[in-house]
Amino acid sequence: MAYSEKVIDHYQNPKNVGTLDKSAKNVGTGLVGAPECGDVMRLQIQVDDATGMITDAKFKTFGCGSAIASSSLATEWLKGKSVDEALKIDNMDIVEELNLPPVKIHCSVLAEDAIKAAINDYRVKNGMEAIKFEESVVH
Amino acid sequence: MLKLPIYLDNNATTPMDPRVLEAMTPYFLEHFGNAASRNHPFGWEAEEAVDYAREQVAKLIGADPKEIIFTSGATEGDNLAIKGVYEMYASKGNHIITATTEHKAVLDTCKHIEKLGGEVTYLPVNAEGLIDLKELEAAIKPTTILIAIMYANNEIGTIQPIKEISALARKNGVLLFTDGTQAVGKIPVDVNKDGIDLMAFSAHKMYGPKGVGALYVRRKNPRVKVTAQMDGGGHERGMRSGTLNVPGIVGFGKACELCMLDMEEDTRRISILRDKLETELLKLEEAYVNGSREHRLPHVSNISFKHVEGEGLMMGFNKNIALSSGSACTSASLEPSYVLKALGLGDDLAHSSLRFGLGRFTTDEQIDYTIKAVSETVLKLREMSPLWEMYKEGIDLNTISWAAH
Repeated sequence: MAYSEKVIDHYQNPKNVGTLDKSAKNVGTGLVGAPECGDVMRLQIQVDDATGMITDAKFKTFGCGSAIASSSLATEWLKGKSVDEALKIDNMDIVEELNLPPVKIHCSVLAEDAIKAAINDYRVKNGMEAIKFEESVVH
Repeated sequence: MLKLPIYLDNNATTPMDPRVLEAMTPYFLEHFGNAASRNHPFGWEAEEAVDYAREQVAKLIGADPKEIIFTSGATEGDNLAIKGVYEMYASKGNHIITATTEHKAVLDTCKHIEKLGGEVTYLPVNAEGLIDLKELEAAIKPTTILIAIMYANNEIGTIQPIKEISALARKNGVLLFTDGTQAVGKIPVDVNKDGIDLMAFSAHKMYGPKGVGALYVRRKNPRVKVTAQMDGGGHERGMRSGTLNVPGIVGFGKACELCMLDMEEDTRRISILRDKLETELLKLEEAYVNGSREHRLPHVSNISFKHVEGEGLMMGFNKNIALSSGSACTSASLEPSYVLKALGLGDDLAHSSLRFGLGRFTTDEQIDYTIKAVSETVLKLREMSPLWEMYKEGIDLNTISWAAH
C-alpha cells in the first residue's frame, strides 16, 4: 500500500514528539489504543489556565505510519487552539488532510479519541466534569 | 555500487535465475508445441522437454519422474493432495491431522473438507513452532487418512521433524502429505529418506518461474492415488488435466537442477549472511528471534523488535528494502500473524516482527545496508513510542487497562 506524501512527511519529520509533565495540573494526557491492536497513542496538551488556550502539545505513538502521521498532525492542529475549539477536531478532517485510505481510518479515530481523552484528563484535574463522548463508530 | 531497492522477501517469491530464463525462452518461440500432441514434431519436442524437466524435478527430491504431477503451483498442489486424498480414501476414513501454523492453502482447504463433512484436527505448536510428536500420535485414530504437516514454515522458517512424523504415519497406516514449498531447493529433501507420500512445491520459490509447481505422489510402498480436482483431458496420469505449461515446466526443471548444484554453496554463503544480520540486529535491546533457531531454514530470520510496530517500522525503509512484516495493520482485521500467535507470542511482539528472507542473490553489501537502516529506524521509532518510554520507566505494560478498540 502506498502512503500519501503527507503521511510520509509526518512519518519522516514528525512534529512535536515528546513528553510533557503528566503530573502538572495544566497538562492533560490521553492514552488510547492497545498494544494488541497494533497502535497506542499518547497525546498531551498544555493549557494556559488564564486564557484556556493550548500552548503546547506533544505525542508519542506506537503504530503504523498513518497512526504516527495522524497524531503528529493532531498536535499541530491543537497548538494555539482553545480547549473548546480542540473538541471540534473531527477524525474525518484528519482523514481528508492526510488522504488516509479506508483501512487507515481507525488511525484518525484514535487521534480524535486521544484529543478527547487529553481534554478530559485536563478537565478532571482542574475540577471540571469529564465530557461524555459518544462511542466512536469506526473502531 | 549498491543498487536499491534490496530484495529480502525471498519467502514470498524469488527472482528468476537468468540461467532458468535462458532455458525457457525457446519453448515460448520455436518449440511452442503442445506436449499432448502425439502426431507431429512440435508435440514431440514439447513432450521431450517436459520429460527431461520431470527428471530434473524428481532428482532434486529423490523421486521417480513418474511420481511428479505438474501443477500451477503449491496452492494447487495443497488443494489437490488434501481434497484428492479425502475423496480417494473416503471408504477408509474422513479424518485429517494438520497444524495451526500451516499455510492458508492447507488450512483453508482443511476448512473446506470440514464443510464437506470431514473431520480435521489442528495440532498446536510449541514456542519454536514445532509440533509435538506425542500429540500427533495421540490424535491418530482409525478414521485418520492423512497427516498434512509442512516441511518448513514460510514465516519463521521452522523445520518440522518430517522423518519422525513419517515414521508415525507409516506405523499407523496413514498417508503423509507435506507442503514443501519453502524447503525444496533450499535444504536436502528426499521423499524416500523422509518417508513422504505426497508433497507440494513451487518453482517461483526456488528461482524458477511463477505459475508452475508440482505435486509428488508416491507410486510404491504405498501406491498413493488422488482424485483429480479438475476434469478434462486426463493429463498427468489422470490426476491433473490441462495443457502443460511447457516453458514453465522447462524453467522449473532447470531451477531444480541449479538448486541441486548450488545448494551446498548457497546454504553456506546465505547462512553466514543471515547469521550476521541476526547477530547485529539482536544487539538492539528487546529484540527477539521468532521460531526455532536450531531447526530452521538457512535463509530466514524472523525478529520482533519490542515496542515498535512492524508496519510503521517497515515504512522507515521500505522504499529501499523489501521485507515482510507479521503485523497486519494494512488489513481491516488488525490481526497480527496467526503463525506468530500460534507460537504463543503476545500481540505486542507479534505486531513488532519483521521477516528477513535472504536468497541466492543477496550480497554482503546489502546485508550491511539493511543492518544499518533497520537499526536506525528501530531506534528512531522507539524514541517516538509511548510503550518504549513506559518500558524504560519500568512500568509493566500488562498492568495498564488498555481500551482495546
